[in-house]
Amino acid sequence: MVIEQVSVFVENKKGALKDTLGILAEAGMDLRAISIADTSDFGILRMIVPDADATLELFKSKGVTASKTAVTGCKLPDEPGALHKVLSTLCEAGISVEYIYAFITRRNEDAYVILRVEDNVFAQYVLKSAGHTIMTPGDAAGL
Amino acid sequence: MTYWNRAMETMSRDELSALQSERLTGAVNRAWERCAPYRAKLEAAGLQPGDIRGTDDLPKLPLTLKDDLRDGYPYGMFAVPMSEVVRLHASSGTTGKQTVVGYTKGDIGIWNECMARCLTMAGATKDDIVQIAYGYGLFTGGLGGHYGGEAIGATTIPASTGNTKRQLQMFLDFGSTVLLCTPSYAMHLGDAVRDAGIKDRLKLRIGIHGAEPWTEKMRDEIEERLGLRCYDIFGLSEVLGPGVSCECAERNGLHVMEDHFLIEILDPETKQPVPDGTPGELVFTCVTKEALPLIRYNTRDICTVDRRPCACGRSFARMGKLTGRTDDMLIIRGVNVFPSQVENVLLGVEGAAPYYLLVVDRVNNLDTLEVRVEMADGFSFDEVRRVEALERRIAKEIMSALGVTAKITMAAPGSIERSEGKAKRILDKR
Repeated sequence: MVIEQVSVFVENKKGALKDTLGILAEAGMDLRAISIADTSDFGILRMIVPDADATLELFKSKGVTASKTAVTGCKLPDEPGALHKVLSTLCEAGISVEYIYAFITRRNEDAYVILRVEDNVFAQYVLKSAGHTIMTPGDAAGL
Repeated sequence: MTYWNRAMETMSRDELSALQSERLTGAVNRAWERCAPYRAKLEAAGLQPGDIRGTDDLPKLPLTLKDDLRDGYPYGMFAVPMSEVVRLHASSGTTGKQTVVGYTKGDIGIWNECMARCLTMAGATKDDIVQIAYGYGLFTGGLGGHYGGEAIGATTIPASTGNTKRQLQMFLDFGSTVLLCTPSYAMHLGDAVRDAGIKDRLKLRIGIHGAEPWTEKMRDEIEERLGLRCYDIFGLSEVLGPGVSCECAERNGLHVMEDHFLIEILDPETKQPVPDGTPGELVFTCVTKEALPLIRYNTRDICTVDRRPCACGRSFARMGKLTGRTDDMLIIRGVNVFPSQVENVLLGVEGAAPYYLLVVDRVNNLDTLEVRVEMADGFSFDEVRRVEALERRIAKEIMSALGVTAKITMAAPGSIERSEGKAKRILDKR
């Protein structure tokens, strides 16, 4: 069960990030989680939103290119060592992580981690087998 | 084989040469009598009108440069009183101050004739519905294409450029079969057609594109996206506007309307004619036009000419694609770089789009070249690693094709300015 993440390519210039997020703000769209990969030339803004398709359409209508990427979300207790356990599980199975970001919510005691891996199906099988809880699209929508 | 003007387009080279000689003599006489700057130029070269008896004497005549036309701004180079001038156009000024060109009724007639030949060459007939998506205005593309369409009796739509959504609506509602626009705008329309998913409903069959350099790869992409067959057309306002030359069905060069325009290719250094097939500066002489005489006008475009017979039956010489301009050419750390070379590289790299801006600067007395390139639509940019790999790949390809080191900066699809007239591809900060 994958989570659909929305990515936007952002130029490295003043106001670029603000303008991109302004599109969401104007449309009254909520963000669940956000992460930015930054290099000297450009940034990649990655977002978890309640409705990925609607968000893509919105960006497209404003002439901003956005793409959708399937990522794995994992729910874990908000306590020391929890993320280490998740990563250990993946590492033992020989799974590399391209990027990772985490967030917590006010709704419950849990934390969430978003993982970009080569093979979501295999990674989720491995995580579930080790007793971890996989985040569902419903979780993303309802957070 | 269909011709608009069979007698002219298929006459033998000998007959053509005789006609050109007669017309050249007349054109030089007219310039001498009616245009003071030309008279001064001829006198400075020690020439009298009687010295020019035919095309063999062409190399004796002094070259005309864009600056000569600019110096006469606005009407100084006209050879007729303003009461005879029925229309003005102006060049886009991509390389400096704009140049004004005037046309008599006779000149407009020549233009319409040339455009009618071009449209016919590409296969258009009176039964076609021709959508003109070149800009209407001082730029010659819109009106030039427009009157050509009317001349062949086709239904001609003055769509002008821009408002892409409306262009697509016209494709569908009016059933357009022929499209005239710049190649970059054709690409843009192609993107829009794909996004709207309406390719199957289009009736387009012929595309005639010019005013910008483009490549065979771009041609393939336009044909694929719009489901038509594309032809290259060439022209420049100083000489006429679009219609100076165009591709026939063979698509192996652009037939120059040699009964009106004499073509020469000169060595950029020595200004002596080069053998056919060798690249050099493209030079035109207008032998029939009245308002703006043009004798040996050096366009500074780099081109080749082929005078061998063409399978289409036309005897007119064919010019190759322009491969650059001697004044557009960038010299970066001593290496000659033409924007078209960069474009060619980009078309060959998966993940890159052929939209780019060359930014040239000088840092610590060293020239630097930055190439801003759009990612292709659909390129997965979610991982930094993939974007950086693409940048490295482009840098490597540019290095091997052009011999210069370039810093590549990727940009989001659609973020580099699209031209509706001419593309701005160079930002020189030096």
